[in-house]
Amino acid sequence: MSIKVNVQNLNFYYGDFQALKGINMEIHENKITALIGPSGCGKSTFIKTLNRMYELIDGTKATGSISFDGTELLDKATDVVDLRKRIGMVFQKPNPFPKSITENVLYGVKRHGDVPKTEWKELLETSLRKASLWSEVEHKLNQSAFSLSGGQQQRLCIARTLATKPEVLLMDEPTSALDPIATAKIEELLEELKKEYTVIIVTHSMQQAARISDYCGFFLSGELIEFGLTKQLFSNPLDQRTEDYITGRFG
Amino acid sequence: MTARKRHQQTEVLVRWILIGLSAVSILTTIGIVLTLAYETFEFFSIVSIVEFFTSHRWAPVFDPPSFGVLPLVAGTMMIAVLSGLISIPLGLGSAIYLSEFASKKARKIIKPILELLAGIPSIVYGFFALTFITPLIRSVAPDTQIYNALSASIAVGIMTLPMVASLSEDAMMAVPDSIRQGAYALGSTKLEVAIHVIVPAAFSGIAASFMLAISRAIGETMIVAIAAGQTPNLSLNPFQSIQTMTGFMVNMALGDIQQGSIEFKTVFVVGALLFVITLILNLIARIIIQKTREVY
Amino acid sequence: MKTTKRHQRRLLLNRIFEWIFFSTIAVAILVLGALLFDIFSRGISGLDWSFITSMPSSRPAKAGIFPALLGTLWVILLTALIALPVGIGTAIYLEEYANKKSWFFKALNLNIANLAGVPAIVYGILGLTVFVQLLKIGPTILAGALTLSLLILPVIIVASIEAIRAVPNSIREGSLALGVTRWQTITGAILPMALPGILTGSILALSRAMGEAAPLIMVGAVGFVTFLPDSILDRYTVLPMLIYNWTSRPQDEFAQLAASGIIVMLIILMLTNLTAIILRNRSQQRID
Repeated sequence: MSIKVNVQNLNFYYGDFQALKGINMEIHENKITALIGPSGCGKSTFIKTLNRMYELIDGTKATGSISFDGTELLDKATDVVDLRKRIGMVFQKPNPFPKSITENVLYGVKRHGDVPKTEWKELLETSLRKASLWSEVEHKLNQSAFSLSGGQQQRLCIARTLATKPEVLLMDEPTSALDPIATAKIEELLEELKKEYTVIIVTHSMQQAARISDYCGFFLSGELIEFGLTKQLFSNPLDQRTEDYITGRFG
Repeated sequence: MTARKRHQQTEVLVRWILIGLSAVSILTTIGIVLTLAYETFEFFSIVSIVEFFTSHRWAPVFDPPSFGVLPLVAGTMMIAVLSGLISIPLGLGSAIYLSEFASKKARKIIKPILELLAGIPSIVYGFFALTFITPLIRSVAPDTQIYNALSASIAVGIMTLPMVASLSEDAMMAVPDSIRQGAYALGSTKLEVAIHVIVPAAFSGIAASFMLAISRAIGETMIVAIAAGQTPNLSLNPFQSIQTMTGFMVNMALGDIQQGSIEFKTVFVVGALLFVITLILNLIARIIIQKTREVY
Repeated sequence: MKTTKRHQRRLLLNRIFEWIFFSTIAVAILVLGALLFDIFSRGISGLDWSFITSMPSSRPAKAGIFPALLGTLWVILLTALIALPVGIGTAIYLEEYANKKSWFFKALNLNIANLAGVPAIVYGILGLTVFVQLLKIGPTILAGALTLSLLILPVIIVASIEAIRAVPNSIREGSLALGVTRWQTITGAILPMALPGILTGSILALSRAMGEAAPLIMVGAVGFVTFLPDSILDRYTVLPMLIYNWTSRPQDEFAQLAASGIIVMLIILMLTNLTAIILRNRSQQRID
């Protein structure tokens, strides 16, 4: 089993407020890693450090080390644009661009300029197929992305991310804005995706984490309380606070 | 790899181009200040600053010339005050109606009309003052001169009314609805809510709108150039012909004045005075508005 | 009993003042009506095709506005070409690139707010000194357009900033997370969404420039020309200048010509504003 991302002693600050405290985590390739914890515990902040999206907020700072396939991700010299191409992200609420379905999927490649035009059509289809959306949209590829339902929009955002051929997929509560049926579809999809990608998913639902993930981390007040195999964590937690949380005693 | 490098170079280039474009507005300010300051210093090396601010006669192209700016300032202030007597009460009344009394439907009809009023060029108001307001005044007060301060003031007042109305309305709308509901829950009428609660709460925003309207009136040019006359006059009689600072500048620019001459420099000196007065009024308004923002 | 009397007085007062406040608006609407009536009743009879296509003349019966119409068109198009890139570029820099805590950002913001309050005629003085004299452009269309560009620049910047700010942050994040550059995010995702808003504000700003006479008087636009401009380095007149020229003549015939000219100008302004309003409504629908 190889380690895709290795986080060591990661601290994160919003101005003076320390949002992450000494996080250590090994993220395994082609596995689904779920991050759980009560709101405000730092789990969302944590995945935003992995593609350095936090830099969009003024006054934020990360220290420590995140090694991604051997390169130091927090290094100033690391090109964030290239990094975000390799570590894709799907957000809490579907955020398609006000463009056609085709334009949404090809948005990234058209700007990266590393896929020849002749392959765009094929890429469009494979990306949509991987996101299990192809059969639903193949006849209306030129319609606005806004004509899709919320769940379809979210799968379109996944297709859009897959089209840039990332190695890691970050998902920030991707089903929190969706109904149970759409949620089930995305969970099914994740099972497929982990064959090709390393998936890190933040979720507010312990059941979801237990259902879909291989590894699981529990965050509390900016600390990673416990991290390990999901089965282990849910059946036999080592820390009292983890047990309290998963048995519903708080949160 | 090369695509990546090209993107990075574009980013840097774009950033510098945008900084360059942003610098234009800063250069504009610097240009205005330097231009006015340079000619003003030259002017005061020839004409005494005491004469400029204390003499009661403005006759720069007469022989012998006289450079007392007071008549122009008096003319300008008369326009500012008289137009304010129109724009402030009418604008505030409109704002109160729109914000506290009007139905949604009424607002939908009235607001575009006020926008229309605000969009009419000042030259049109000037024409209207000369061909409509002045004859109207003269039918009531026949001794009124054709060119007079009152007619121009009324037109300037109407022109700045929408500004007072819309800025004051914004200020009143910004008062949180919870305050409004609290007052209604105590059994107040709309009038009482408006006068005792909303207007006091929005007072700074309303005051700022007054300042900006006065500042606009002071800088207004075409209406006064057409309807107020060209007679520098240290009087407070609104039925007489006067000259404002802006009216003088237009008059000089249209005439045949030698570049670099002392007469020519008067345009810059008067312009500098105009710039300083309006800047001070605008700054006060801005400070007032910023103070209100902190409250909510 | 006493309380009900008092209560009724309060309600009465409320009604009276509602009428007083409404009448302030009524006054404004009445004045607008009087203004339009005054101008149309004077000018409509002189308005025909030859008025649009003829040269100005010292004989009122033959006079037209053609050079002024063309002059306005030249000046406004050139103003748009200059002011739009500068204004939109500044807005993009302020919203998307500048560090909001830097002194440059703060200075720029304060500066733009203050420039918006500078009287138009002062821009004329700047244009006269810098463009006409210092850069030796002379009293030409180019000098006029440059001056008007600076005049409306703050309006375009503020409108563009608002339009860019209205683009949801999730769009910006979604684009950046795909690993495209900041500039590609702006051209690919942000500007397409902000463009209707930017154009609405810009058209309104340009229509304001179209009605301006004072700054152009300072930079040497003339009130009366009998030739047509054929380059940006020609002398010129614009509609408000011609209207001013006619208004300042004593004969009544010229007042009628001025009124006819005003009607043409108001119609053009109405059409441009209508375009802006339609654009605004369309963009609102799209974002909804």
